[in-house]
Order: sequence, then structure tokens, then C-alpha cells
Amino acid sequence: MTSSHTSRPRADLIVCPRCDAAFALELPDDGQRAKCQRCGTVLISPRRKAGAQIIALSLSITVLIIAAGVFPFLSVHVVGASNSVSVLETALAFSEGPLVFLTLAMASLIFFIPLLRVLLSIYVLVPIVADKPPARHARWAFRLSEALRPWSMAEIFAIGCAVALIKISALVEVSFGPAFWMFAVLVVLVVAQDSVICRWSVWNALSNDRKS
Amino acid sequence: MVGMERIEQRQKILTARQMGLVACSRCQQVWEKDVSICGRCGHKLVSRDPQSLQRVWAYWLIGLMCYIPANIYPMLQTRTLFYTQQDTIVGGAIELIEYESYAVALVILFASVVIPISKFLAIAFLAISVQRPPSVSHHQRQMLYEVVEYIGRWSMIDIFVVAILSSLVQLKVLVSIYPGPASLFFALSVIFTMISAQAFDSRLIWDEAHGKDEGKAND
Repeated sequence: MTSSHTSRPRADLIVCPRCDAAFALELPDDGQRAKCQRCGTVLISPRRKAGAQIIALSLSITVLIIAAGVFPFLSVHVVGASNSVSVLETALAFSEGPLVFLTLAMASLIFFIPLLRVLLSIYVLVPIVADKPPARHARWAFRLSEALRPWSMAEIFAIGCAVALIKISALVEVSFGPAFWMFAVLVVLVVAQDSVICRWSVWNALSNDRKS
Repeated sequence: MVGMERIEQRQKILTARQMGLVACSRCQQVWEKDVSICGRCGHKLVSRDPQSLQRVWAYWLIGLMCYIPANIYPMLQTRTLFYTQQDTIVGGAIELIEYESYAVALVILFASVVIPISKFLAIAFLAISVQRPPSVSHHQRQMLYEVVEYIGRWSMIDIFVVAILSSLVQLKVLVSIYPGPASLFFALSVIFTMISAQAFDSRLIWDEAHGKDEGKAND
């Protein structure tokens, strides 16, 4: 085993992460997508200005996520009694005994992980878009952000809301707080941000010998 | 649509492994086979993960074990002035059907019963298929893997519903909803099956396309 310092990467090749097929690297035109010829996985999908769009989306998501997490989100009323909760408070529902684990998990899945992911992508992308050298530990940051991708569940929480609403609307009167609408917008932005990003392009911009 | 140029003209697609190369599974940088750590992102480089299937089965089993109590214990507990009612996952869905909210009952049944069970079956099938060549094509198995990876997270819906209901419906003596022990087991089951699916190395699906001589990682 040699260390990576003595060996140089084969930057002329691209390998499909799904099926390991190797191809000679050829950059597609702007807006086009390059797919693996064997299994059809999208390998590169570059878009001009995608970086700036992602940063703009990420900034809006950051603001929305904090506001949607803290402000009242749903409230219920039945003959005189009422109760309202924020998104973060819903996670606190599991605060009895061993269910505390669920509180931590839920707060992470619907609030902290989505928030961390947008902050990381801002940190990684701002220097790249500004044509400056990558930020310190940018590779580590992007790697973490990618690893956390399946664990960011804001959009699933949104569907969960819909189900919960239908379930109790017969029982009690439900009204939406300001955070509810923020959360609705947030989910659309999170999904948009995730689909615009071209991972190969970001990694390429983070490498020492980048291909333009 | 631009297709990548093949390394070798038309006859056969070469894999990185056959070319004596290894691609980083996280950042896709391509290295010579003897490099052990990716110089770009620091991820460990493995051409095929020999422990992949063992980890898949281990997490699969934990997930399955958690899924059993998740269905036996109550998921929700509703306390009103006059009575306390406990609902399991399936029981709650049946009650919804009785109240004629068929759509919600379907969503719950789909997310908490159909998806988890088909996910267990799909992961088991994929893991077995790597060891024993099946009749299903590589493309179909690849598609199955992508569906499993994508849809597995959606099982968390039920946990979120329980959380929203039990934090929202806290109206002192009138009516209060509390989460039951099943919610913990169900969440663990979803989390472990997600880890199990992630541990599966999808490159194994395509390996036997090149014949047995290449050597499978799981001997």
C-alpha cells in the first residue's frame, strides 16, 4: 500500500459510483447530463450559475429553517382549551423515559441536519463561486454534507403533518401558525436545492488539478 | 444527452476494477488500485467492500428484530376523561378505516407496513442475488436498489405523525395523546434498515456480469 501522496489520480477518467464502469471523461455542455452507459446513473449535470443559485437557496433555507423551527406551527382548540406547538416542540413529544432517544433523533432529522447541510454547502460553495481557493477543510465539509443527505427528512415531516392534520381534524379544531407556511416553502426549497447541485462539479472544483 | 465515450470501443464496458483502478465511493476520484486513502476527500478506498454483505445482514437483522415489537406494542395512547385507548400501528389504521378516512389509513398502512416489509424482502433479495446468480437482470436489480434507498426514509412518516399528534393534542383532562413504546422500536427499525441499505455495495450487482473469474468479494 502506498500513500496517496506518491500516486496521482486518474483525472482523465470517470467511474460510475453505482456499477464501477469506467469511461473517458468528457464534459457535457451546459444544461446537458452525462449518464453511465451501463446502468444509466447520472454522472455529471453541470449548469452555469448553479453555484450562485444554490447559495441563494441555501441562504433562504437557513432563515426559514430557524424561523419555522421556533415559531408556533400548529395549534388546536376544543371548547375553551387550546395548545400550540413549534416544529422543535413536536420533537419534545418523546420526553418520557427511553423515548428521549427519539427526541434527539427527531430534532436532528427535521431541524439540525437540514440546517447543518445548508450551512456546509454555503461554506463550501461561496469561495468556489467567487473564484477564490476553496475554504479550509472544504472537502471535509462537503463530504460530511453528502454523508448526511439521506438523514435530512424535512420533506418527510411535511407529509407527516398532512397525515396528522387529517387524522385529528375530526376530533379537534386545528389552525395554522406562521411557521406552518414557512415550513411549506422550506420543503420546496430543500428539494430544489438538492436537485440543482451537481456533485461531480463541486468535487472537481475542490480538487487540486481541476478540469474546467 | 451526452453519453460518456467508452474506454474500449463498443464491444464491452470495462470496470475500474478490471483496469486496476479504484474509484472513491464518496467523491468519485479515480486512483490506482494500491492507493488506500482518497487524496481528495480522505475517504477509505475499497474496490469492493468485502465486509459489505456481512454488514448488510447484521443491520437487516437488527432492523427486523425491532420491527416485531414495533407492531406488538401500542404506538399511540389516547387519554380522555372517561377512557384510555391504546392503538398499535395496524390497529390505528383499522380504526381510521372504521371512521371512513380511507386515504389516511392507506398512507399509514403503506408507510408503516407495506414499505418496511417490502424493504426487508428487497434487501434480502439483493444480498442473496449477489451470492447466487438470479434470473432478474442487472438493470432491474439496480432499479430495485435505488427504489429501496429512496423510499426507505419515507417510513419515518409514522413517527412524525405520532410526534405531531402527541405534542399537539395535550388538552389537560379533555383529551391527551401520548406516544407508545412501539414508536421507539419502529424508529430504530427504520434507521437500521436505512443503514443496511447504505452498507450494500451496488457494484456487487454488476460484478458477475463479467463472469466468475473476476472473483466475488464475499467468499
